[in-house]
Amino acid sequence: MTAAISVKDLRKSFGDFEAVKGVSFEVGTGEVFGFLGPNGAGKTTTINMLCTLTKPTAGHAEVAGFDVVGAKDDVRRHIGLVFQDPTLDGYLSAEQNLRLHAELYGVESKVVKPRMEQVLRMVGLWERRDGQVMTFSGGMRRRLEIARGLMHSPRVLFLDEPTIGLDPQTRASIWDYIRQLQQQEEITIFMTTHYMDEAEFCGRIAIMDGGEIVALDTPEQLKEAVGADRIRIETADDERAIAELGERFELEATVSEGAVSFAVADGEQFVPRLFAELAVPIRSVNLSRPTLDDVFMSHTGSTIRDAEESSAKNRNRAALRAMGGKR
Amino acid sequence: MSTDALIAPPPTVEVRVPPRSWRSEVRAVKIVWRRELIRFQKDRMRIVTSLVQPLLFLFVLGSGLQQLSAASTDGVDLKTFIYPGVLCISVMFTGMFSAASIVWDREFGFLREMMVAPIRRSSIVVGKVLGGATVASLQGLILLALAWAVHVPYSVGLIIGVFALQLLLAFSITAFGVMIAARITQIQSFMGVMQMIVTPMFFISGALFPSGDLPGWLAVLNRLDPITYAVTPMRTLVFNNLDLSSEASHTLNPPITWFGWAVPIALQVFMVFALGMVMLGIAIAEFNAGD
Repeated sequence: MTAAISVKDLRKSFGDFEAVKGVSFEVGTGEVFGFLGPNGAGKTTTINMLCTLTKPTAGHAEVAGFDVVGAKDDVRRHIGLVFQDPTLDGYLSAEQNLRLHAELYGVESKVVKPRMEQVLRMVGLWERRDGQVMTFSGGMRRRLEIARGLMHSPRVLFLDEPTIGLDPQTRASIWDYIRQLQQQEEITIFMTTHYMDEAEFCGRIAIMDGGEIVALDTPEQLKEAVGADRIRIETADDERAIAELGERFELEATVSEGAVSFAVADGEQFVPRLFAELAVPIRSVNLSRPTLDDVFMSHTGSTIRDAEESSAKNRNRAALRAMGGKR
Repeated sequence: MSTDALIAPPPTVEVRVPPRSWRSEVRAVKIVWRRELIRFQKDRMRIVTSLVQPLLFLFVLGSGLQQLSAASTDGVDLKTFIYPGVLCISVMFTGMFSAASIVWDREFGFLREMMVAPIRRSSIVVGKVLGGATVASLQGLILLALAWAVHVPYSVGLIIGVFALQLLLAFSITAFGVMIAARITQIQSFMGVMQMIVTPMFFISGALFPSGDLPGWLAVLNRLDPITYAVTPMRTLVFNNLDLSSEASHTLNPPITWFGWAVPIALQVFMVFALGMVMLGIAIAEFNAGD
């Protein structure tokens, strides 16, 4: 498997803020590779560098075999992009948007029409090709953007939060297209997301936090590496239960959402012991396998939601400081 | 989705993006240019609204001030006098709006779609400026249709000449606007800045008055104003098509002079063109330096 993307110690600073602090990874051809992390983790900055939109401060990256700094045009010819924010021309029809894209990319005139039909059929918008994009729903627009990103048969498709703000049904169908693409076109897909459940669909995931990759593996391996299952019990006396768990089993438990929760290896074998040895009556028990949330937590020490809130808080604080400075 | 899955997927159409060449650049310029035309065609409201201002100048100001000026215009209708100026103003404001579309494109993200394509930034800028110029001169054609209402007879020379001059002026104004748009990314500020620059330029240019015996300060400003060198050729062109006495022609369309030297019309036209090219160059440089 040759590498579709190879990145070595890539860095980007904005002023004295280092948004990406030296990331390295390789993505194989035909792989679906996910970047997972809270907002502000440096995912979009990394994607922008790989797409030649932002110049790296240091480091080296190749996409489809071309250097993102030295061979910008060659990179651009071989990649498709679907941005987080819409980039369609609302005044034009779906077909006109695709045609414009084909012209900008210099797609051979005689293949424009059949290719357009193929990509529009794939995202289920062939019947709406003459509709003005302004009249499309959010989900339709995102599907059209994906179709457009595919117009020139890119080797690598970059999807920056492709399902953000969409309803579950549209999200599911977008995942259908992604899988279909992987089978039909041998395309490499590089995507960012902060939906944990979606990250599971990726072949491999890099978890990003604070500008660094903190873990990189398949979803299964990542979850396995956490090692522990999570058990939640409802008891008659939570405090006594926590104390006993600490004394007898040397487990660190916390109360969250009205239940005592703790992590333990081989949870299934542990539950019978728990019932036999814990003196506090247990009303209910819930055992769950590690999720990517747990993976994220074990690597960063916070849930993805908390990480987002704290980074938002930091931003607010910085904004307040900036305003204070002006006064 | 399940029903779709049952239908066999259509065969994959392989597409190869060729390496960059001058042909792909020409294609890019053409499509950016055509997009401006398609959008103009779809935006009927814009066509109507941008006609309001020139029509106000022509018919309201023209008819209203006629009572005061009848004595000094040597029998020429004030509307006829203002007409060439109005041909210029309509192009100026439409060109400005065309340039504003680059700011809108940035706001709605479409600029990004163009910026990541494997083409030169200069192709985008050139396409945009040519598109804006074309749209503005098409708009100007509507006003050309009003020549009969201000007693200007039609002739092939007039139509071609006016269209060519409008195209030139629109090109320069759009290039100026795009140059500003490279720096100013918010639509409100952009429109504000453009109004602040273009409106005085229009008033000082002599579009609404003859530039012969102006007070010293205004004469200086008038000669420094690039629009003067678009308005004077336009007026000369329209007046050559009229049957005017030499006094009327001299009062209403005096030659532009620099320290007593009458600047040839050809040089004036060339100056507008050269200025447009310089601003286009700056706009390209600015977009290249971006990100």
